[in-house]
Amino acid sequence: MSSMDVTNLTKETIRKLFAVGKRFDGRKLTDIRHFEISAGVSNKAEGSARIKIGKTEVIVGVKLSLGEPYPDSKDKGNLTVSGDLLPLASPRFEQGPPGFSAIELPRLVDRAIRESKMIDLGKLVIDKDKVWTVFLDIYPINDDGNLIDAASLAAVVALSEAKVPELDKDGNIDHDAKPKKKLPLTDEVAPISFSFFKLGNSIVMDPTREEEEACDSRITFGISKKGKQYLINSCQKAGQEIFTQEEIDKIMDLLPKKFDEVNEKLKKFL
Amino acid sequence: MTKETFKRPDGRKLTELRPMIAKAGVVPNADGSAMFAFGNTIAIAAVYGPRLLHPQHMQDPSTAILRCNYDLLSFSVSDRKKPGPNRRAQEISKVTEWALLPVLELKEFPNTVIDVQVYIIQADAGTRTAGINAASMALAHAGVPMRDLVCSVAVGKMDKTLVVDLTKEEEDFEEGEGATDFAVAKVANSDEFTLLQLDGKIEPETVKEITRLATKACKEIYDVQKKALKDLVENGKEDKKK
Amino acid sequence: MRNRINEAHEAFEEEDSSSEATQRSVVVPGEVIVSGEDYLPSDGTRRVQDKIVSTRFGLAEVAGRVVKVLAISGAFIPRRNNVVIGRVKDITFNGWLLDIDSASSGFLPIEESPRFINKNEMDQFLAIGDVVAAKIWGVKPKGIDLTLKGRGLGKLEGGFIFRVIPSRVPRIIGREGSMVSLIKEKTGCNITVGQNGWVWIKGNDLDAEIKARKAVEYIADKVFISGLTEKMEEWFSKN
Repeated sequence: MSSMDVTNLTKETIRKLFAVGKRFDGRKLTDIRHFEISAGVSNKAEGSARIKIGKTEVIVGVKLSLGEPYPDSKDKGNLTVSGDLLPLASPRFEQGPPGFSAIELPRLVDRAIRESKMIDLGKLVIDKDKVWTVFLDIYPINDDGNLIDAASLAAVVALSEAKVPELDKDGNIDHDAKPKKKLPLTDEVAPISFSFFKLGNSIVMDPTREEEEACDSRITFGISKKGKQYLINSCQKAGQEIFTQEEIDKIMDLLPKKFDEVNEKLKKFL
Repeated sequence: MTKETFKRPDGRKLTELRPMIAKAGVVPNADGSAMFAFGNTIAIAAVYGPRLLHPQHMQDPSTAILRCNYDLLSFSVSDRKKPGPNRRAQEISKVTEWALLPVLELKEFPNTVIDVQVYIIQADAGTRTAGINAASMALAHAGVPMRDLVCSVAVGKMDKTLVVDLTKEEEDFEEGEGATDFAVAKVANSDEFTLLQLDGKIEPETVKEITRLATKACKEIYDVQKKALKDLVENGKEDKKK
Repeated sequence: MRNRINEAHEAFEEEDSSSEATQRSVVVPGEVIVSGEDYLPSDGTRRVQDKIVSTRFGLAEVAGRVVKVLAISGAFIPRRNNVVIGRVKDITFNGWLLDIDSASSGFLPIEESPRFINKNEMDQFLAIGDVVAAKIWGVKPKGIDLTLKGRGLGKLEGGFIFRVIPSRVPRIIGREGSMVSLIKEKTGCNITVGQNGWVWIKGNDLDAEIKARKAVEYIADKVFISGLTEKMEEWFSKN
C-alpha cells in the first residue's frame, strides 16, 4: 500500500469539506461509522474481543496471571495495558522499538479503564503475597483511522466477557479447569474513549486514516456513567494545534450523547 | 496398542487433518493477506511489497529480499506471552522465510523487499505450519510471481502410531514412546520439501513414511488455499447473479 | 506495449461476448491450465513436462495456442508511457525526486519540465510536497525517469488525490478511456488516473468532487463484474 502521507492538496480539500459539514463518505462530522463487535476471538484468552469500525479492525485480549501486589497497593490486584502497532496493520507501522503512537495507544486505554475503576481490583487479591494481574493486550489488525476509540471499545467488551482462571490445590493456575467466575467488575461502569480531531475550525469524530492524517490535533476523553451521573475519567490532548473554550464546551455537550449512543450497542455484552 | 485400536483424543482418523478454514483479503491495507486455521490454531498473514528497501545498504541489486516476521499474540497461548519476538519466534521467522523462498520469482524486483507478517491469534500446535499456509496465500494474493504455492503440515508419532496434524494435547502425549512431531512444508505440486523440523525420537524408516504422509496431506491443503483465493474473484462477481 | 494489467480487465468486460477461441478462468500458482505439447507458455506461465502451469494468481487466458495469466492484483509495475501521479520528496541540483508509490523512486530531470526552468528557481516551480501527473519514459534498475512534457501532465493544483488498488486502474479508465470519460461527463470534474493507483479529481464544487470519487471507488470495488458500463449509467441516474 502507500507510503505517501496525506498531501497538501487532499488535506486542503478535506479542510474545505469539514468547514461545510461534509465528508467523503457522506457522514456528519460527529457521526461514528457502523461498527461490529464480537467476543471470543481466542479461546486461550481469559476474555477477548474483535471490533470492526469501517475498515479499522482491532483485537484485544485479556490474560490473567498470578503475581505480587505492588508495594503501594498491597490490597489490590494489578492491571497492565499494553499493545503493539503490528506492522501487519499498515504500511506505516515498522518492526522494531515502538514509536510514540504505539506507546500512547495503550496508555490512553489504560487511563480510561483504570480511572473509571471498571475492574474491582480489590477483589483480585488471593492472599497477602498473591494477587491477580490483569493483562490487557491491544493489537490493531487494520488501521483505517481512530484506533484509540476502537481499541477502547474492544477492551471494554473483552473485560466484560473475561473470566478468572481456576486455581489447583497448589495455588497454581489450572489451565484445564473451566473458569467459572467472571472478572470482578464494578456495576454499571464501563468507560468509553472518544477522540475529537481538529482541522481548521472543525471538530470531527471517528476519522478514516486519510482524515486522521489531515487533522492537526486530537483530544481524547474517557467517559463512564454511574447511575445517572456521567463521569470524565481521563483526558489527553495531542498535537500542536490549540483548542478554544468554545470547542471544549462543544465537546463536553457532545460527550454524554455519544456515550449513550455507543453504550446502547454495547449493552448486549455488558 | 495397535494402529487399528489407537484413538485420537478428538476422534479423528490417523491421517485426518483438522477442519481447515482459509480466507484471503482479510487485511485491506496490505498488498496481500490471508488467514488460515487448522482446527483451533488460527494464523493471519499480511504481505507488503515489493517495496523499496531502507536502508539502502541492505538492498540487493539482483533481487528482492524476502523478510518474514512470525509471532504469537500475547493471548494466543495459555501462559501469556510477553509482547515482542523471542528466540523461538525469531527461529520460526527464519524457517518460514526459507520455506517460502524456493517458489518465489524475486529477481524481477531488484533493490526491493517483500515483507511477510505472520501472527498467531490462537495456538493449538501447528502454528508455524498454519502460518506458512497463510503466508503462501497472502503472497499469491499480493500478486508476487511464484511458481507454486507452499503447503505445510505437522506429522507426528504418538507412541508408535503416526498421525497427521497434531493438536497441543497430542504433542504433549507421554505414554509409551511419547510424542514426536515433524513440521514439514513443501512446494504444493512438486517433490520439493522446503521445511523440515523435528523434535522427538524417530527411526529413519519412519521419516520416509512421514514425508509421504505429509505429501498426501498437502494436496488437501492446496485445495483449500486454492478455493480461498478463487473465492475472492467469485465473491467479486456476486452482483452478476442478480 | 500494452500494460498486461489492462488486458485482464478488458477481458472481464468482454466475457459475455467472447470469441470461441478464447477461454478464461481464475488460476492460482502451481495450477495446471492446459495439457498438451502444442501450447506455448507466455506471461505468468511456465511449462512443466506437457502441461502449462500458472505462476501467478490471476486470470488465465488461452487464445489459440498461446497461454498466459493476467495479473488481477499486485504492486504497480512501472512501464514506459505509464502516466503516474507522484509527489515531490526532494530537489537535487538537476531535477526533482518523486515518490510514485512504487518500489522504485521516480526522477524528473529539470529538462523534462513543460517549460524552461532555471536551476535556481526549481523550488518555485515544484516544491517539496507538490503533486504532479507525470509520464514514465525510462525504467532503469536505479530508478524511473519521468517527464512532464505532454497533454494532461504537469503540476496538479487544487482538487485532491486518493488511492485505489493499481490493478483496478484499467477498469476505471475503461476501453479507450470510456469509463473515466463517463464520470467526467456526469460530474463535470477534471480527472487524471495514474497507473500507480493514484487518482486526481478536481471539480467545480465539493459535491461534484465527492460524487466523482464515489463513482471511481464504486468501479474499483466492482472490478470483476461485466456489463459495468450499463451499471454505471444506472448508478449515475440514482445518485
